[in-house]
Amino acid sequence: MNWREIRHNRRAMAGASILAVFFVVAIFAPLLVPYSPTAVRFTPDLPPSGYHWLGTTINGQDIFSQVIWGTRASLFVGFVCATLISLIQLVMGVFAGYVGGLVDTVASAITNVFLVLPALPLLIILAAYLQGGSVFVLIAVIVVTGWAWGAKVLRAQAIALRERPFVQASRVSGESRWHIVLTHIVPNMLGIIVSNFFGAALFAVLAEAGLEFIGLGNINDVTWGTMLYWAQEGNAILLGEWVWLLVPGLCLALVGTSLGLLNFAVDEIANPRLRRES
Amino acid sequence: MSALLEIRGLTVGYGWSSPPAVTAVRDVDLTVRAGEVVGVAGESGSGKSTLAFAAIGLLDPPARVLSGSVRFDGTEVTTMSREELRQMHFQSASMVFQASMNVLNPVTRIESQFRDAMAAHGVSSRDEARRRAEEAFDLVKVPRRYLDAYPHQLSGGMRQRAVIALALVMRPKLLVLDEPTTALDVVVERAILQSLNELRGELGFGVIFITHDLSLLVEIADRIAIMYAGRLVEEAPARELYENPKHPYTVALMGAFPPLAGERQRLSGIPGQPPDLRDLPPGCPYAPRCPSFMPGVCDVIDPPEVIIDGSRRVLCHLYGSVEASRD
Amino acid sequence: MTSPTTLSGTDVNPASAPLLEVRGLSTVYGVGRVGRRQEVAALTDLDLTVARGEVLGLVGESGSGKTTFARTLVYLERLTAGTIAVDGEVMPKHPSVARLREHRRKVQMIFQDPYSSLDPLHTVAHAITQPLRAFNIVSRRQERAEVEELLQQVGLTPVKDFFSRYPHELSGGQRQRVGIARALAARPKLLIADEPTSMLDVSIRLTIMNLLLDLQDSHGLSLIFITHDLAAARYVSDRIAIMYAGRLVEIGPAGVVLGEPIHPYTMLLRNAVPDPTQSSVARIQAEERGEPPDLTALPVGCAFAPRCEFAREECLVGFPAWRRGGEGHEARCVLVDEESP
Repeated sequence: MNWREIRHNRRAMAGASILAVFFVVAIFAPLLVPYSPTAVRFTPDLPPSGYHWLGTTINGQDIFSQVIWGTRASLFVGFVCATLISLIQLVMGVFAGYVGGLVDTVASAITNVFLVLPALPLLIILAAYLQGGSVFVLIAVIVVTGWAWGAKVLRAQAIALRERPFVQASRVSGESRWHIVLTHIVPNMLGIIVSNFFGAALFAVLAEAGLEFIGLGNINDVTWGTMLYWAQEGNAILLGEWVWLLVPGLCLALVGTSLGLLNFAVDEIANPRLRRES
Repeated sequence: MSALLEIRGLTVGYGWSSPPAVTAVRDVDLTVRAGEVVGVAGESGSGKSTLAFAAIGLLDPPARVLSGSVRFDGTEVTTMSREELRQMHFQSASMVFQASMNVLNPVTRIESQFRDAMAAHGVSSRDEARRRAEEAFDLVKVPRRYLDAYPHQLSGGMRQRAVIALALVMRPKLLVLDEPTTALDVVVERAILQSLNELRGELGFGVIFITHDLSLLVEIADRIAIMYAGRLVEEAPARELYENPKHPYTVALMGAFPPLAGERQRLSGIPGQPPDLRDLPPGCPYAPRCPSFMPGVCDVIDPPEVIIDGSRRVLCHLYGSVEASRD
Repeated sequence: MTSPTTLSGTDVNPASAPLLEVRGLSTVYGVGRVGRRQEVAALTDLDLTVARGEVLGLVGESGSGKTTFARTLVYLERLTAGTIAVDGEVMPKHPSVARLREHRRKVQMIFQDPYSSLDPLHTVAHAITQPLRAFNIVSRRQERAEVEELLQQVGLTPVKDFFSRYPHELSGGQRQRVGIARALAARPKLLIADEPTSMLDVSIRLTIMNLLLDLQDSHGLSLIFITHDLAAARYVSDRIAIMYAGRLVEIGPAGVVLGEPIHPYTMLLRNAVPDPTQSSVARIQAEERGEPPDLTALPVGCAFAPRCEFAREECLVGFPAWRRGGEGHEARCVLVDEESP
């Protein structure tokens, strides 16, 4: 993969641009919010106006401020989960796959167990059990249910690479196992590793929002997921408050799309055969 | 004997741009008669496979014919419709590829592949198809029971024979073989070549045999054409080419095969690099590596095609102009 | 340490101790899943000696075990029986990591496919530097000079041009030269070249073979040149050994083995190779008799017997022992030392 290829790939640029916007918003959120997102001093259920661009919630909070603030939670959870998941996958997938033998057998068994557990029910059960905890509980739950599938993919690739002549040649050249994994295996799988990262981020963002929507997160936090929860609680549909309902959902969709685009784009860049003819 | 296949002035390019980035075959003439084996020899980048594909209309974009004509049995191939090509393939002209596993479907039994191919060409009765397939297997000396097997259950040599049987089942008039035995052991290769020879005698088809193995061609071909950087640099009857090669590249190529017997001598390969087809120098493409290079001539002017002894052709400045070679 | 003998027990001029001594080498590996495991006898009871500075051509077709042999010699495959001794030192059955490194310093390998034996993401310099570092050949400061020297030796000049190139920017022949430089970096005593030219264009093959011969000569290396191409083996080798079904079946001086073969398999190979210098009439027409041997179910007795036109009853009893056919020329066949067939 090189930078020129990345710049020329339209999907990569589109995904990256959208994501960049959200990142900027998340970083500068304290400067961008017109009001405190948790302040309840406003008149509830107001439609969009000059003072409240997106109106107010049933509790009298400014929706626009909430949307901006919510960006932080989604991106934070998304990328922290993605990083943790990727690290686990590197050990349980790449390293285990390369090393083979007993290590691999044990790691595969563990991976298979986690793979077989149904993610959605498990997610819900764990979150419900640990309810009321902080965002870190959410992160832990998402990571535990989200790492297994990607680990299998990475393992398969590592095994394929292990048999390649240049890896075998490296062994004959006296290189140590770790050296081979870090300088030969990982760089030659970078595309799939990065792509997995974005896939995990997507899963995390949507899982977080989903859990919060059904009330399993901390409902006092301001995130897109909890906004949807409160919109549901506040009968937004009955009251015709479309903005409250749609905007957080739209943001989730946009972030999700950008991650999806990046995922596809990295796949394409790493595997030239997937590229469309220009 | 009238010509089965006549290629005249064929130029084939690769690439999306116009003109395309690479000219894989330039201005090639070649004739194949019924019952004749024409060998096409060359290394990678010589254009030999492209020529073969073009000869039976198998070129796919981004490859395309830029100029020239290919007449198969009197009909122009380059302007045939997809339907006409489809009918021609397998029935009148067939191709055998290097890797048999590129042809055989690994998840179906061999017989069903025969059936599918024949059904597409008018043989719809299962019994009839089976009968023909069995005949074809007899021809290539593969036991009939392997028709019910999966490709991976056959050895490499048998698979290649099966592929040849498939190519011959509709009794085509022309068989194009692209490195058919390169991936096989030399003992198996010899046996297959023998079978091919016998079949040619029985069925009378014409053959284009593409390979890099020149010594093989000397044994089995009637005529040999040598290709370099897309040009046909020499063509002659096999034995004559072997005993008296004219083009410097042919001479060098022959010298690159160490002999099995005789004095042990140091040989040299051909110095330099194979040409970059995207960036060919003007004049003769072999000039940069040619020991008989004539500055001012070979690197400026395109070499002329010279006819020698009535049946040989050479593309080289050494042999002067067309008029100069009555013998 | 016994003095070098031929495999059938005759004394050979023990001018110098052999560099490589392989005795009774067998490699068996399992394929298939649990419950349906089959054992592939890739190598059986191999004895071989390679002298210092000698070029040995190892000829065999696919399934003969020649590549397994190469891989076993550098411990990419585990041997199941037998011993390997380099420079008089016998390798332990389960060598430690340190011992392996020591071994690979002396015995290096050149791989068959130049298109996949170099890491596509590493430059030429990087690829050659890795063994320098792994084996501590030179200090960090001297690395660059050493790489330049190696590039020079394999003919990749001007050296500066090739330093930072990536494999995809090189031709097949150039890549193979990098592979050779990488192997030489370890300053080995024995080079194993596993079909180094079979994936190269014809006109390039000779240049690589000549390069190997020159390097072998100037560095005093021993070279095992593995190939299925009889003519290439003859060009390069002092002695030729023929492999079949995981065993050596004939060995002797190159010209003699090819000119007057004594094992029927060698004769079959010899006659199957296209040779325009011979007229077609005189050749023994080789029929494809039977199949190449099934290494999971080798017959008792000579593995070649099912395909041998001279097979007799005694051939089915046990694999024939080595028999002398001439000076330094032996074969495992009951017919040797009798009237030639």
